[in-house]
Amino acid sequence: MLGEGIVKGLAETARNFLGSFVDEERLTTVEYPEERLPQAEAARNFPFLIYDGDDAEKGLRCVACQICEKECPPRCIHIEKSKDKKPDYVGKQQFYPAVFDIDVSVCMSCQICVEVCPFEAIRMDTQFELSTDDRFGGLLWTKAELAKTNEYYHSIHPTEAGETDARLDEEKAKVAAKAKPAEAEMQAKA
Amino acid sequence: MTQAPVQQLDQIFVMLKHWLVGYVPAAAQPVVSSLLSVVAILALFPALFAFTTVLERKGLGRMQNRYGPNRVGPFGLLQPLADGIKSLTKEDVVPRTADKAVHFMAPLLLVAASFLAYAVLPVGRNMAAVNLDAGVLYFFAVGAVAELAVFMAGWSSHNKYSLLGAMRAIAQMISYEVPLILSSLAVIMAAGSLSTVEIAGRQAGYSGIWPHWYVLTPWGLAGFLLFMIAATAETNRSPFDLPEGESEIIAGYYTEYSGFKFALFFLGEYLGMFAISGLGITLFLGGWSAPFSFLTWIPSWIWFFAKLLALIAVFIWMRGTLPRLRMDQLMNFAWKFMLPMALLVMVSAGVWRFLPHGVLRWIVCFVMIAVPYVLLGRGLLQGKKIGKRTYRFAE
Amino acid sequence: MSAMVTRVVLEEEESARGVEGELLEISMGPHHPSTHGVFRMDVRLDGERVTRLKPVFGYLHRNHEKIAEKASYLAAIPYTDRLDYLCSMTNNWGYALAVEKLAGIPVPERAEYIRVITAELTRLQNHASLIGFLLQDMGASGTPLMYAFREREKILDLFESLTGARMMCNYMRFGGVRVDCSSEWLEAAQNIASSFPQFLDEYEQLLTGNEILMARTQGVGALSAELAVNAGITGPMLRASGVNYDLRKVDRYGIYDRFTFRVPLGDHGDVYDRYMIRLLEMRESVKILEQALAAIPEGPIIDPKTRLRGLRPKAGEAYGRIEGPKGELGFFLISDGSTNPYRYKVRPPSMINLTVLEDMCLGRNVADVVVILGSVDIVMGEVDR
Repeated sequence: MLGEGIVKGLAETARNFLGSFVDEERLTTVEYPEERLPQAEAARNFPFLIYDGDDAEKGLRCVACQICEKECPPRCIHIEKSKDKKPDYVGKQQFYPAVFDIDVSVCMSCQICVEVCPFEAIRMDTQFELSTDDRFGGLLWTKAELAKTNEYYHSIHPTEAGETDARLDEEKAKVAAKAKPAEAEMQAKA
Repeated sequence: MTQAPVQQLDQIFVMLKHWLVGYVPAAAQPVVSSLLSVVAILALFPALFAFTTVLERKGLGRMQNRYGPNRVGPFGLLQPLADGIKSLTKEDVVPRTADKAVHFMAPLLLVAASFLAYAVLPVGRNMAAVNLDAGVLYFFAVGAVAELAVFMAGWSSHNKYSLLGAMRAIAQMISYEVPLILSSLAVIMAAGSLSTVEIAGRQAGYSGIWPHWYVLTPWGLAGFLLFMIAATAETNRSPFDLPEGESEIIAGYYTEYSGFKFALFFLGEYLGMFAISGLGITLFLGGWSAPFSFLTWIPSWIWFFAKLLALIAVFIWMRGTLPRLRMDQLMNFAWKFMLPMALLVMVSAGVWRFLPHGVLRWIVCFVMIAVPYVLLGRGLLQGKKIGKRTYRFAE
Repeated sequence: MSAMVTRVVLEEEESARGVEGELLEISMGPHHPSTHGVFRMDVRLDGERVTRLKPVFGYLHRNHEKIAEKASYLAAIPYTDRLDYLCSMTNNWGYALAVEKLAGIPVPERAEYIRVITAELTRLQNHASLIGFLLQDMGASGTPLMYAFREREKILDLFESLTGARMMCNYMRFGGVRVDCSSEWLEAAQNIASSFPQFLDEYEQLLTGNEILMARTQGVGALSAELAVNAGITGPMLRASGVNYDLRKVDRYGIYDRFTFRVPLGDHGDVYDRYMIRLLEMRESVKILEQALAAIPEGPIIDPKTRLRGLRPKAGEAYGRIEGPKGELGFFLISDGSTNPYRYKVRPPSMINLTVLEDMCLGRNVADVVVILGSVDIVMGEVDR
């Protein structure tokens, strides 16, 4: 009968209209910025560098291997190796990045840099309210702006950070185990 | 002059007007009385327009699982103020080759014509601005002037697309005038008068608790539905908003308008919507009378506006649900479906009047309308091979 | 062929009428309200009828193929996300399939199941959004679109909790997927699969029997099966014209041969059929989802021997194709043994489906052109690459 489909459609709209007053499912608006949805733990936005401890220079995990620079699809990472070395988390002497720039306006948040980093040094941050009105320098982040503490990493991605720390501790334990017999040997010789 | 408080409340505006007019010398009293009515209309209906724009956006929003505007003022109720300021501060662009006088007058004419229509609507008991003997005729005449304004807008813009849009709008409006007037003719025949005040008065009686509204008869219900569909088309509301919605290439007739003139077009359109709903209420829904006899203590003007808001809500509801009809489908619908149905409604109204009271006349009038409706509907769809389909599946 | 004949007939009619009565030539777009991206159509009108329609695209060309030829195989994956930006998971899968064929990399069971689950979820949200957009073009002031987006948000939230991003997922890797999904994620996916049929019922109640919708879409933009096959149309458009060709059944790539699902076919090939086929396909996708979620095994999610960086497939060529939500999405790769492909070509279903736009629109109203374009389901990211 003519008009039946239209009436059914009107009933559906009425259901949504009335439902929006009682059912949360039918009023899905989140009034940003007063209300915010919690972000998923795995959410990723732009990269950041991790440092252990309190000193962003001494504790920086990055050893300037430049693998992330090579693998980055839009080539937004720019690294310059240092001339001297500093000890890393197991005590080995490693290079460090004298310059580590990420052009965030180019970065496409693909997190391939995170995947390929062998030193657990770069991870994805979750902040997205990053607008700036400085057109040229505002979105070019230097090492100082990128370096954040391991505690911060724990606060945004707890599971991942836990797994990363476990891996790093394992490495440290292996190196320590190798060092003990070597020490004993040296003492024996001396 | 002691009256029951209920009646006093009902006639409060009438009494207020009499009191104010009393201060003026007798020679000037008719003029001042009319002026006061005019001022009341000019103040009330644009305020209703402002309220409706927010209501529409919030209503549409709720239907679409979201809030409407809710930032400006509490619950977004000051949004029309923001929109008004915006439209006033925009640059008024007039095309160089446009016909300036006509271009300027078109929105004014639309608004003026829409306001004129309110003169005969009985907003409450004894509350029509003018009690014309040929009120309904006057109303439709003034409504036709609004169509002229649309054409003026399209023609004066000197834009091929606006002109085409305007011509389509006019074709639509003229086609839908016919079922509109025919369905109101049925009411006029039943009431025996063209005066809106008289028609509303006739529906103010009660049989038991049921009112004597014309919508509570088979022909009245059908007539009301036809009237409302035609009204939707007259005021270019969805699903008949092709003239203003098909703005992909054939831009609407008000493309070349900006700023305040654009706002005036919207004002004119919404005012037209209120006016035609008001007429529909007067003709079919009993005007200012209460729906049940035990509710007559609520003032009549409250009932009129309650019914008006209900009809506006229905307009908004239809807008949120239905897609647009194409031009040729629109015209087909008007001439091949609405016109025959409107004629049938008229015949059914006549039959209703001359059959004795009882179940028989209900059955006869109902069948007289329902059977052709089903047949016409089927013919309309099947003629274009439109219908439900089944689909086959492959494994 | 039939379209060319129609065009010639219309042109003859024009010339028969003489010089007077010039035809209106308009350009719809690239900036238009019923958009689908930056797309232009040069339409020549005779009154209301369309006598010629020339689609002009390229406004979103981003050198995707050239970039992928310069970057390594891994680096091309995030770029494939951005091809058909609504369906990043299926784009990734198509590319991963092509590289796995090229380099001969096997994929473990669990990864195959996860791929199917994410691909079907992508199909669900794509078809729902498409119906919403089609109705938006028809003037239904956004209501069906909002309902579709309400459901789409749930699926995108799932993707975000799995891969980290809602739309640009960058999830498939050569030999599997990037991260494993937890049991909570599988439960959430199950909830979506269980509640989707109810949403589809509500959607159908709003739309399918609506006389206005039927009047505007039935008989409009009919595409014959013969023309569709000759023009290389694939996807729901082809099936709406009645041709039984679904790559999930033909190629049986991945593990699709383990699932029972039907392929809906239309008879008329008009816009209404395309709309209904997509609705029915959504129901079939829900069935596949439920079967996959019930049967997913434990295990590794990526072949342990795959190299992430520096993949050097042996010299050769491979064409990997999948049934994307829009049609057959294919990736053709020629490797010369180095870390980046010698030739990387994408077969974009949207662009190939667009080639018959003129044939479908000839002789119809302008208002129908918008509706027909909406039913073709194009995403300019894919059309222009």
